[in-house]
Amino acid sequence: MRIAVCLKQVPDTEARLRVAKNGLWIDEEDLPFVINESDEFALEEALRIAEKSGGEVIVFSLGPERVRESLRKALALGAAGAVHLAHADFQGGDAIATGRALAAALARESFDLVLSGSQSDDLGAGATATIVAGELGWPHAWLVMGVEVEEGGTLRVVREMESGVNEIVRLRLPAVIEVQAGINHPRYASLKGIMAAKKKPISEPTPAELGLGADAIGAAGSRIEVVSVGFPDAGAGAQIFEGDAQAAAASLVDRLRREAKVIA
Amino acid sequence: MSARIWAVLQHRDGRLHRGSWETIAAAQALAERIGGDVEAIVLGNGVDALAREAARSALAAVRVADAPELASYTPGAYVAVLAAALASERPEWVLFPHTYQSSEFVPRLAQAAGAAHLPEAIGFESGEGGVIWKRPILGGKLHARVRAKGGGPTLVTLQAGAFAADARRPGEAPIAPLGFDPASLVLDREILGTEQAAAETVDLSKAEVIIAIGRGVGGADKLAPIEELAKLLRAEIGASRPVIDNGWLPRDRQIGSSGQTVAPKLYLALGISGAIQHLVGMKGSTCIAAVNKDPGAPIFKVAHYGVVGDLHEVVPALIQALRDAGG
Repeated sequence: MRIAVCLKQVPDTEARLRVAKNGLWIDEEDLPFVINESDEFALEEALRIAEKSGGEVIVFSLGPERVRESLRKALALGAAGAVHLAHADFQGGDAIATGRALAAALARESFDLVLSGSQSDDLGAGATATIVAGELGWPHAWLVMGVEVEEGGTLRVVREMESGVNEIVRLRLPAVIEVQAGINHPRYASLKGIMAAKKKPISEPTPAELGLGADAIGAAGSRIEVVSVGFPDAGAGAQIFEGDAQAAAASLVDRLRREAKVIA
Repeated sequence: MSARIWAVLQHRDGRLHRGSWETIAAAQALAERIGGDVEAIVLGNGVDALAREAARSALAAVRVADAPELASYTPGAYVAVLAAALASERPEWVLFPHTYQSSEFVPRLAQAAGAAHLPEAIGFESGEGGVIWKRPILGGKLHARVRAKGGGPTLVTLQAGAFAADARRPGEAPIAPLGFDPASLVLDREILGTEQAAAETVDLSKAEVIIAIGRGVGGADKLAPIEELAKLLRAEIGASRPVIDNGWLPRDRQIGSSGQTVAPKLYLALGISGAIQHLVGMKGSTCIAAVNKDPGAPIFKVAHYGVVGDLHEVVPALIQALRDAGG
């Protein structure tokens, strides 16, 4: 099987965030970036399927120059090649514009399966790979907790529903599968993998090479625009206890006992 | 100008999803604000009773697409029916509950219908700039105000609890069919069945005190002090999703949208940032206390008491404080 993985580079979820001066996004200076969590699980799932079926994995990502580092990491983990949509016109799009660009890049090659995470940890629209499926005209499933390639060109997919119930469905290949974090245990890169990754190809197709006009992609091709970003309204919020751990813990226990009366 | 607003309802096993009522309430609120008529949309097979239930609301109509192919949700058939309806009837706003189901098919519907897709809205405002929706980004640490551009309908999914179902205005609405081409209902998947994600051996909903741990705990080898604290407080231990995904605790301990929903007297959140998927499972707790290193963590917005600090220092201090006070 030849498998494509769409992954996104996002700010580390542990990072402290500042709003950018233009008020439209966060200040990316000195911000640590990592591969989006559910995309890491998608990559691992793709590598496992490829190892079992004797195929290969190609990773795709749309984003600025910094994304190259995440693609190198994916190559070190075992992907055979990478495609980076780095051109300025690709950037700043919503899921519809980004999915359109990724689908155009995918369509230049032949794949049996596309895997991606279900949702990014930054914008979190949870829609990009679904748009890829729509562009390609393939079936898709979202929030997948299990995937198994069956004889006869089908996939058995376990899809998460609410309240702890999973639905099991069968899809025809080729298909797009959007996996949920936790589907497997992602591997670590080996030194050998890291060395090998340096020789693996990363191509950077331009919009023109994908047959896409500037108005179809990036911010221009998007159907939603950000008016502003900011920290949530203060609201009531928690009463915060200051001081060192001992003082804060003592205050908290005192309030839980005397004020909230929830502990004996 | 009178906007046409649709509220697409979700249901399962003959019951409307709770979010369906919130979606009707949100659509009514939007209609009141910008002027317009609300229609509720139901897709399914043999759903007369559901349609009648929904029709006890102040709506212009309940519109029903009824076909054997719609007996179970599939993205292919749902997109086919709704894309055709959007093309022929041109509603400006189409609202959905933000659920695992709508998250799967609404983006594809937006694409098929040439619509804007605006997921996980938690509120709206209306002014000279049109209707601006608010949605959480970056795990809820920030909010973005966004609006649709480029014309055509806008498909909005509404975060659970963002609009109160109680605010829904009752009424008596006519029920009318929603036209579709039966030949277009090509199923894109075969449904094989369902399974329980986890054998629910622990019923956290009965616990009076819950200590919930998050990613900040750092590993399964760091649990001993937390277990000691749980013993002192007679608490059950629960967790947010990353803890389960990392295998630090079994899946039956998960609290949140894909785990259990709890409302104990005391909910002590340790190293949990408070992503919305977790908050929906615990925000009904009587008293919420949180310990987190990041003062900007969203958990502090819903918590009553907070300690900003490293839980590995605060937990031993809590044990000490409980012992001192108890002694």
